[in-house]
Amino acid sequence: MAEEQKGFPLPSSLKVVPGTENAQAAYPYYTQFVPEDDERFWFYNSMHFPEPMHHFDMVTAEAAYCALGSFNTRVHVLPTTKGIDHRVINGRVYIGGVPVTDPAEIEARAAEFQQRAFYYYEHWERLYDQWKEKMKALIAEAQALPSPTLPELEPIETTHTGKGVAANHALIDTYRKQLEGYFRMWHHHFEFLLLGYGAYLTFFDFCKKAFPEISDQAISRMVAGMEAEIFRPDEEVKRLARRAVELGVDAHFTDNMDIDRVLADLDTLGNSGKEWLAELEASRNPWFNVNVGDGFYHYHRSWNDDLSMPFAALPGYISKIKAGENIERPMDRLVEEREQLVADYRELLDTDEDRATYDQLITLAHRVFPYVEGHKFYCEHWYTNLFFNKIREFGALLRDHGFWEKEDDVFHLTHYELESAIVDLMLAWSSGSQPLGPKRWPSIVAERKAAIAAWTGHTVPPALGVVPDVIDDPAIVMLWGITRENLDSWLSDGEGPENELKGFAASSGVVEGPARVVKSVQEIGRLQQGDILVCQVTNPTWAPIFQKIAAAVSDIGGSMSHMAIVAREYGLPAVVGTGSATQKIRDGQRIRVDGGRGVVTILEEERVLEEA
Amino acid sequence: MTAIAWFSEVGIADRPTVGGKGGSLGELTRAGIDVPPGFVVTTHAFELFLAALEARAPVRSKVEALDPADLDGVTALSQELRRRVVEEALPAEVEQAILSAHAELAKEADVPVAVRSSATTEDAEDASFAGLQDTFLWVLGAGETVARVRECWGSLYSVESMTYRLKHKLPEDGVAMAVVVQQMVDARTAGVMFTRSPTSGDKSVITIEGAWGLGSAVVSGEVTPDRWVIGKITGEISVRDISDKHAQQIPAEGGGIVEVELPADMRRAPCLSDEELLALREVGRKVERHYGRPQDIEWAVDKQGRILLLQSRPETVWSARDTAPVKAPEADPLKHVMSIFGGRR
Repeated sequence: MAEEQKGFPLPSSLKVVPGTENAQAAYPYYTQFVPEDDERFWFYNSMHFPEPMHHFDMVTAEAAYCALGSFNTRVHVLPTTKGIDHRVINGRVYIGGVPVTDPAEIEARAAEFQQRAFYYYEHWERLYDQWKEKMKALIAEAQALPSPTLPELEPIETTHTGKGVAANHALIDTYRKQLEGYFRMWHHHFEFLLLGYGAYLTFFDFCKKAFPEISDQAISRMVAGMEAEIFRPDEEVKRLARRAVELGVDAHFTDNMDIDRVLADLDTLGNSGKEWLAELEASRNPWFNVNVGDGFYHYHRSWNDDLSMPFAALPGYISKIKAGENIERPMDRLVEEREQLVADYRELLDTDEDRATYDQLITLAHRVFPYVEGHKFYCEHWYTNLFFNKIREFGALLRDHGFWEKEDDVFHLTHYELESAIVDLMLAWSSGSQPLGPKRWPSIVAERKAAIAAWTGHTVPPALGVVPDVIDDPAIVMLWGITRENLDSWLSDGEGPENELKGFAASSGVVEGPARVVKSVQEIGRLQQGDILVCQVTNPTWAPIFQKIAAAVSDIGGSMSHMAIVAREYGLPAVVGTGSATQKIRDGQRIRVDGGRGVVTILEEERVLEEA
Repeated sequence: MTAIAWFSEVGIADRPTVGGKGGSLGELTRAGIDVPPGFVVTTHAFELFLAALEARAPVRSKVEALDPADLDGVTALSQELRRRVVEEALPAEVEQAILSAHAELAKEADVPVAVRSSATTEDAEDASFAGLQDTFLWVLGAGETVARVRECWGSLYSVESMTYRLKHKLPEDGVAMAVVVQQMVDARTAGVMFTRSPTSGDKSVITIEGAWGLGSAVVSGEVTPDRWVIGKITGEISVRDISDKHAQQIPAEGGGIVEVELPADMRRAPCLSDEELLALREVGRKVERHYGRPQDIEWAVDKQGRILLLQSRPETVWSARDTAPVKAPEADPLKHVMSIFGGRR
């Protein structure tokens, strides 16, 4: 390729991995690259979709971009940008912004924006309270949806009540309502998001100008909220640890415990055991509805579905409590620290004008931030968890009718295909004959499984097409942190020391230690005190194990991520968004994490051998 | 006024008699900041000596009579006056004051001292033109100390110094010099600290540069120092540039300093620990708060790990610039978000 003029490949030059053509063609037609796409700039959304997409999971991209675009383009009317187009190839989601460049259009949109967005800013608290009610109602609706089942015969009540609708209708009804709810959830998600980030970034920008060398971390610490819902799951684990000690059942919780055994033992233990189990139930609903990823993949299961994460944290918290340590989040101190930080930076400003602007901006940032931090619990965690679990129920029902082998195989179908399979089953149930799905789907599922495996081992370019001179799209800058400088560094990938990985400086401090590469939440039991956690995604739901580790490194994540905030609270060095830490670092290798600079260094191989 | 003054007895207001360095060290000592103990040979001591010299043969009138264009004349007088300053007897009052202060400072053991000129001019630029920056490190013994004090005084009569005064028509009457005599720190690591970023003017970060051994290696630019940037308020260390420090300056046997090569394992090792960096930051903040403005600071860490300040000057480069507001306040604070949403302007 042309060495002298560096650029990204055109979409049309990308080849579908041989043998995966059918799987590629099965993605909806509107997500396939077309020749005209060569004229545009695209980048791989590895932040949200770091792994090849199961066909069903593409619904997340579809629903999210449907909503993001609507709010940018037509609700808030962002002056310089419209929405996001997305395409998928070899299982990877590429996205492209739709900038507004005509000055007259920008001006017209700016006038609209000020009427609309400013209304949100002015009435933020009321609208956000209302938002929470909307989300809770949406969640309640999803929870009320029945489990899809098909009885041999309708119960007699159908007759006695004159219900007039048979059970198979509930399948399509439930499925469509669930799907509709998911799309609606994403609208709610973007109702405030860009405005929230925008207000935050306005303050961020000001700080960068006033204090050219200020770190991103310092700014987000000034803004970070204290009582966001996302901290609560970890607080619940601490509470359960405390209750275990109080009830005298703490000896049951040990490293590498068999969780089912522990639960069964507690159940037979009498009152104290039962009381603890009741406490567990209270915590689980709703606070364990957090998934261990970012909520974009069906296999990022929640704490409720897999108790490994919270239970892995219990022994550590219990021993701290017994040692008389205070494990509560020191709220007063945290609030005080934040206020002090805000005051200290203010004092450094040179002019009264700047102090007045600073006051205006920090006030606005504090106003919007509870949403920025809090929405994820309701959207990406709680609702998404309900959604994927409901689809899983359909997966089990269709499995029981011979459509495929495992309930999770359902996720190899697109949401359209799943609806067709449901209708197939409805028809067969009504006619009393056999569905055709069992003949059709197993081979397709097998083919797509193989495709995902092939795509997993296949690397894709970080961006495609024409590089814009400047990235002037606030949505892309805010949500993905993509700047012209990023693109240049992508183009020069491969330069720089071999043993160094760069990421976002999430939480400062320098630590050396053994790397524990954890690829799934089931592996967290392997973490020993003092290990450095290396994983694909970290998010606040991993917080409970932060007490054990010396530092954290992730493939994905930005410096504004919640994980960064939690890491700072634990005083734990962290580098996020390295892109490839889980691939480049081997389990047990000694690494150095410099969270202040965002650099991870793989230390000499010799030392690893010596210690082995 | 006395011939010598201990650091604890003077402050920045005493600049006219103890010079900038002396006043600053006194001020720091009084503010409770660790400074190697020492005293200032005041301008009064110099005046007494000068009076003794004048009594034997004219000094000031000869300088004033010079033609600055006559380099030979200036050079000849410079040689004559510097010789006299070094050789002629000190008034007993002055000599005794220095010797007994030295005895008290050096105790019984032969503690090395640094002898540094302490200019009384307000303007640092004047001082550097005038060649008043003499520093003698690792001076051993009272006799040597007195000799170095004389050398500092003598620098007032260097060719450059006299020419500068003549060109600027500075009256000889006002010319005086204080000299700082201070216990020498056997530094493990030393360097400089800027409480305002020298590169961006950012007041929210502290930049620390340091190298192994005495600070003279860093100040003179002989060694590329390690460099760190630390959040003044947050304490986070955002930049760590560990350089290849090929050499260090250490005390020479029999006095003075010598540059020695560093062993391979020390060259690329950071010369300060994170704890020391944070402790330095605390000291930097304390000094800045004391003066109410950003400071350029020289520091040393002794072999026991104790942090000592050797000098603190107000930052002058960025402070001299105009401070335009970053962003004017808006009547409607919401308008600010247009800087993000409104596109490039």
